[in-house]
Amino acid sequence: MDFGFTTAAYVVAAVLFILALGGLSNQESAKRAVWYGIVGMALAVFATLIGPGSGLWLLSLVLIGAGGVIGYQLAMRVQMTQMPELVAAMHSLVGLAAVFVGFNAHFEIGNVGHALVMGRDTSTLGTFAQLIAKKTTVELNILRIELFLGIFIGAITFTGSVIAYGKLSGRVDSAAKKLPGGHMLNAAAAALSVLCLIWYFNTGGFVPLFLMTLAALFIGYHLIMGIGGADMPVVVSMLNSYSGWAAAAIGFSLGNDLLIVVGALVGSSGAILSYIMCKAMNRSFISVILGGFGGTGGPAAEIEGEQIAIDADGVASALNEADSVIIVPGYGMAVAQAQQAVAELTRKLRAKGKTVRFGIHPVAGRLPGHMNVLLAEAKVPYDIVLEMDEINDDFPSTDVAIIIGSNDIVNPAAQEDPNSPIAGMPVLEVWKAKQVFVSKRGQGTGYSGIENPLFYKDNTRMFYGDAKASVDSLLPKID
Amino acid sequence: MKIGVPKEVFEGEARVAMTPASARDLQKLGHDCVIEAGAGAAAGFSDAAYKEAGVQVLKTTASVWKGADVIAKVRPPTETEAKRLTKGKTLISFFYPGQNEKLMELANSKGAHVIAMDMVPRISRAQKMDALSSMANIAGYRAVIEAGNNFGRFFTGQVTAAGKVPPAKVLVVGAGVAGLAAIGTSTSLGAITYAFDVRPEVAEQIESMGAEFVYLDFEDTQDSAGTGGYAAPSSPEFREKQLEKFRELAPEMDIVITTALIPGRPAPVLWTKDMVEAMKPGSVIVDLAAEQGGNCELTQKDEKIVSDNGVTIVGYTDFASRMAAQSSTLYANNVRHMLTDLTPGKDGKIVHNMDDDVIRGATATYKGKVTYPPPKPKVQAIAAAPKKEKAKELTVEERRAQEIAAFKQQTRNQVTLLGVGGILMLLVGLVAPPSFLQHFIVFVLAVFVGFQVIWGVAHSLHTPLMSITNAISSIIIVGALMQIGSGSYLVILLSALAVFMAGINIFGGFLVTRRMLAMFQKS
Repeated sequence: MDFGFTTAAYVVAAVLFILALGGLSNQESAKRAVWYGIVGMALAVFATLIGPGSGLWLLSLVLIGAGGVIGYQLAMRVQMTQMPELVAAMHSLVGLAAVFVGFNAHFEIGNVGHALVMGRDTSTLGTFAQLIAKKTTVELNILRIELFLGIFIGAITFTGSVIAYGKLSGRVDSAAKKLPGGHMLNAAAAALSVLCLIWYFNTGGFVPLFLMTLAALFIGYHLIMGIGGADMPVVVSMLNSYSGWAAAAIGFSLGNDLLIVVGALVGSSGAILSYIMCKAMNRSFISVILGGFGGTGGPAAEIEGEQIAIDADGVASALNEADSVIIVPGYGMAVAQAQQAVAELTRKLRAKGKTVRFGIHPVAGRLPGHMNVLLAEAKVPYDIVLEMDEINDDFPSTDVAIIIGSNDIVNPAAQEDPNSPIAGMPVLEVWKAKQVFVSKRGQGTGYSGIENPLFYKDNTRMFYGDAKASVDSLLPKID
Repeated sequence: MKIGVPKEVFEGEARVAMTPASARDLQKLGHDCVIEAGAGAAAGFSDAAYKEAGVQVLKTTASVWKGADVIAKVRPPTETEAKRLTKGKTLISFFYPGQNEKLMELANSKGAHVIAMDMVPRISRAQKMDALSSMANIAGYRAVIEAGNNFGRFFTGQVTAAGKVPPAKVLVVGAGVAGLAAIGTSTSLGAITYAFDVRPEVAEQIESMGAEFVYLDFEDTQDSAGTGGYAAPSSPEFREKQLEKFRELAPEMDIVITTALIPGRPAPVLWTKDMVEAMKPGSVIVDLAAEQGGNCELTQKDEKIVSDNGVTIVGYTDFASRMAAQSSTLYANNVRHMLTDLTPGKDGKIVHNMDDDVIRGATATYKGKVTYPPPKPKVQAIAAAPKKEKAKELTVEERRAQEIAAFKQQTRNQVTLLGVGGILMLLVGLVAPPSFLQHFIVFVLAVFVGFQVIWGVAHSLHTPLMSITNAISSIIIVGALMQIGSGSYLVILLSALAVFMAGINIFGGFLVTRRMLAMFQKS
């Protein structure tokens, strides 16, 4: 097949990818959108396989097939609560693939250069090599910068995603940790990378490339280690963005427009998602990435009063009497896998004619939209699952608000205490409901380690225990 | 202290302010109890039972009034009785100081302390002494029983071999304590019960008792929290609307129980003559407000009459007294609780603490002074519903001005961004070779498209978005596929690995996204 067909196929694939992303604007069209994505990907792979100069297509197909089997197994087995881990893990694959492809490009430059010096025909070396052979010196230099960047971003994505995966799956302690030296180490590694770039630009040797890769791997590791578990939604979407930029950079070096287009799409979507998350937490993107909360102006206000516990009977009778209920789920629900129980509770209450709705904070959970997916898995209809802005005004007219495993996103200190580390962050105003029940494992603080004055309010009762066990114990008492 | 209970002198009054059981409790507080012979007879408590409970039974009325330090009664004292009070004596009874000023003056001139059981403030702590509620509860129950007594049919609907019986339809007007008790009784007898009240917040209570709340389509409804939970007079427009609704309901209703009272005013007329005429023969109206003039236009106080079209109208005022055993037990307990609060040391010594909200509220005269009306209790009976603040309405001009300002700001931002972006592009164009620029244009456009597309993605779909972009980012496979045909083994190995990993990602990513999206469903 000639080059023209491949290019045409790429154009179609790129359009399909754009439609796939755009289709996510609502739940119904989203189901169609995935098919656009799948067809686009199939077309792209097919066009490349039959395109000019690709070799070993049998091996390629076998590898794709093998990868597909593993991917299928992963996708079918994963629990919805483990979705964040899976996404993070898969990002690391893209990052590593980008690093490999980048290295290949480097080796090919070497091979082509060697062949040219030896006066051999470069046509035996494959398409990419032929492309390189046509390049001028300036173009070759740009090519080097491009592949350098591709490897750099790819390497950061790889280790960063591995650490994010570890933190999300609990294999790595989720608290923010930094090696002695903190951000200086990152800065030093970044400086080293810049030096390597200049070195590589001038010599074209493998050593600076390798050194830079090590430095980038370290940056990815250390950067994500320094970010606490509560910021993981931002981190995951940031890594998502990185994997896109890496693909785009590789696209530049390979001169492949499809890679550039798709990489840019993914990169910008991840960046916007991170921005939306940060805005929801009222934090600057920089402070999230560099880890830790910004400095505060003074000591946080002391909280007076005590947390009053309540048992399942008390909660159940309040629910039986209530007309309107808002449930605010958080990461605790995901951890306890309580979404089915919560959905069952919702069904029972709705069957009794009560208004039951869900209030979802943009950063609830460990992945943007995490709660929506969990509730959808448990077959909670999505039209009663509302965003923070849609539901915040309704709390004063609500009889019962149930907080299941969330903490910071319902912390009134964000509005009341200007010295609180989360001051100014938009929160769900659950304390305005007539009664608030908080299902929580113990008296500890949440991921952010901030005391929550909500727990001490007069209309708040603490319903201690594992979220799933707690909700399960409520179910038989709702009649 | 000696607590004395004389026989009620009001004709037909069967209740008594002390029962053998309450006397036992009073003695535990260190008090001595005396009672006039035969005082409890009408309520079913014999003198022997009192004696057994340790109560001294005195033969004459005078000896009770003379010997006791505290006199407990049900009805307000008559003039003769009031004259028997002496300095320092405490009288506990219903007193209605608002309506009985002369009597209050008389008691005050005698130097007696009067505690009016009907003046106990409506706060949670005082509920155990709230005799009005205990009596209203009984009246509500009894009203339904009286209605049933005069109603020729079943309350429940039944399908019997001898034919089908429709269920009775009961309308309860006014859902105070008496109204709610009537609703409870009537629903438990099996009638279809409707209830109406001017306070919309009691709709919940009505429905909790199993009745259907009759909604009025009216905007300006009242909030009773400020009036201690009692209803206030309603506006003429509201009244009209209300009567219209009743007129509509009248032909269907078999039994109507009216309990609408406004404190300190004659009862509002809610069931007019034409409504009675619209009712079916054999229907029953029980008017619990007969004492204050009645809610029904035809009500005769203390009488049972039958209207021209055969509707029975019951206007008794002594429903509680008609169940004397029950009402005496509850009233005696209310009095006993009042005395418990008056005897904080449990040593038989009365401490009349005028700083106590409950005692202060119920006291009508104390130490030669009339202390009625009492100041407002410090604790509000019911938390007032927060007044809703209306969002400030912007005028058209203001909104227009805001929109223009926002639009200008947006324009400025966009122009700045475009300018900076354009200059950067030009600078790149100056140094970069054309082959690079070709790709660069594609790149910039793609970023722009991504930017535009992603803003439209729904919040709840952020996780699927992430997983689909993850799947799409495995487009890196294209790069690896292009290199796999290379001659170098190292390159082949690395690209093979990359193809493999990207393969996992493609299938994993898309399948997971599909799984997630398939779960979203409408209710």
